Amino acid sequence: MLSPRYHREIPQRYRLEAGKCTGCGKIHFPPRSVCKECGGRAFEMEKLPSKGKVLTCTTVEIPPAEFDDQKPYVNAIVELENGVRLTCMVAEAPPDEVDVGTEVELVFRRLRCGREWEVLQYGYKAVVV
Amino acid sequence: MHGIVGWGSYVPRFRIKVEDIAGQWGADAAAFKRGLLLEEKTVPGLDEDTITISVAAARYAIARAGIDPKDIGCCYIGSESHPYAVKPSGTVVIDAIGAGPDCHVADFEFACKAGAEAMYVAYSHVKSGEMKYGLGIGADTSQGAPGDALEYTASAGGSAFIMGADNVAAEIVHTYSFTSDTPDFWRREGEFYPRHAGRFTGDPAYFHHVGSATNGILERSGMKPEDFRFAVFHMPNGKFPLRAGKKAGFTREQMEQGWVVNLMGNTYSGSSPTGLASCLDVAKPGDNILVTSFGSGAGSDSFIIRCTDRVTEIQDKAPKVRDQLAKGRIHLDYGKYVAYRGKIRMNQL
Repeated sequence: MLSPRYHREIPQRYRLEAGKCTGCGKIHFPPRSVCKECGGRAFEMEKLPSKGKVLTCTTVEIPPAEFDDQKPYVNAIVELENGVRLTCMVAEAPPDEVDVGTEVELVFRRLRCGREWEVLQYGYKAVVV
Repeated sequence: MHGIVGWGSYVPRFRIKVEDIAGQWGADAAAFKRGLLLEEKTVPGLDEDTITISVAAARYAIARAGIDPKDIGCCYIGSESHPYAVKPSGTVVIDAIGAGPDCHVADFEFACKAGAEAMYVAYSHVKSGEMKYGLGIGADTSQGAPGDALEYTASAGGSAFIMGADNVAAEIVHTYSFTSDTPDFWRREGEFYPRHAGRFTGDPAYFHHVGSATNGILERSGMKPEDFRFAVFHMPNGKFPLRAGKKAGFTREQMEQGWVVNLMGNTYSGSSPTGLASCLDVAKPGDNILVTSFGSGAGSDSFIIRCTDRVTEIQDKAPKVRDQLAKGRIHLDYGKYVAYRGKIRMNQL
């Protein structure tokens, strides 16, 4: 990922900052320019809760090359306490510890190392509570 | 009154036992366990580094302090394993915790005492009235060459301390530093693993500096070892801090709560700060704590800390050190361990 895009996405990736439509109250994560519910274009920042449950998940046995050292790992759609859903990797836990309904918390982790000359990329992952 | 308004520690889940390292190199595990007084050490996950450890510890410190991160005026991170050679770890950390951009940021390095340095400078800023709150962090994912004695101890973890003048949970009553040019341990630019001078790291380095700093702060404060409930000395292994403490007049009972090295290893810049955090986790109002760090090269920073009524109010607002050490451990074998620590060369992507 290029530095400008990485920099632009820091609020959502580091601090879980979502966009709440001031017209209808719909919370968008990642933030959008136009509300998909009402078409509104005005948003206020809404910080998402860090706790939630696994809505669904899958085990990745054959990952892209740069994640090969982490296989097998779980990718999950997590439903947070306020109902917002997001997709993320589940860190640390062996696949048999993660299932639908597993309680998780979003934590700050290194997402990608890239090559030695590239910027390190950080953001959220889930861990089993 | 100035001092600690919030503290937090982060302990990675992964561990490797002394037996698994010794078994790889045909060494006598029992002799190492006896010599180092160590059972196992922490290992950072594949997605963890000094920055992620610092963020986790800082978030816990903020939870205990109950402050707006925007009021943090400085962020200093002491480590000898900053992920970047050029780009401060603190820049990522302040954005992750919601501090800044009105914040002074710097990365510190002084072998194992860089964390205590970060605390010292953050505390000094607050004491001078320069800012409302200051954040000092000690965190490391320490390096030890395969087969070297350091490999049995070099571990991962860290602690963060928010300094302030309001709602102080533990007042910093005295500070004292003792420093000299003592080349006991070093790593030159471009080298992957540090080097050490064997036994020279003992008496002329660790014991001379830890003892001098401890005696110095006791003299200046007029306090005696029996005035303290807890004492923490930098933990390069299990034996050194117990010997240094005993020599200074402290009992094993005073040192036990902060002596986390037997289950954690040497977290370098995170070592004595995490020992302090472990004491704060269970301290009572009025308890005095003595902390003496050590950084090779060499120097020691000593602190005398006195807990206030607030300390017990915020202890349960974040995970405690010993709970993290006990729960959810995942033990790695040596093969997995070297992969996690990047000690084997893989195919280029």
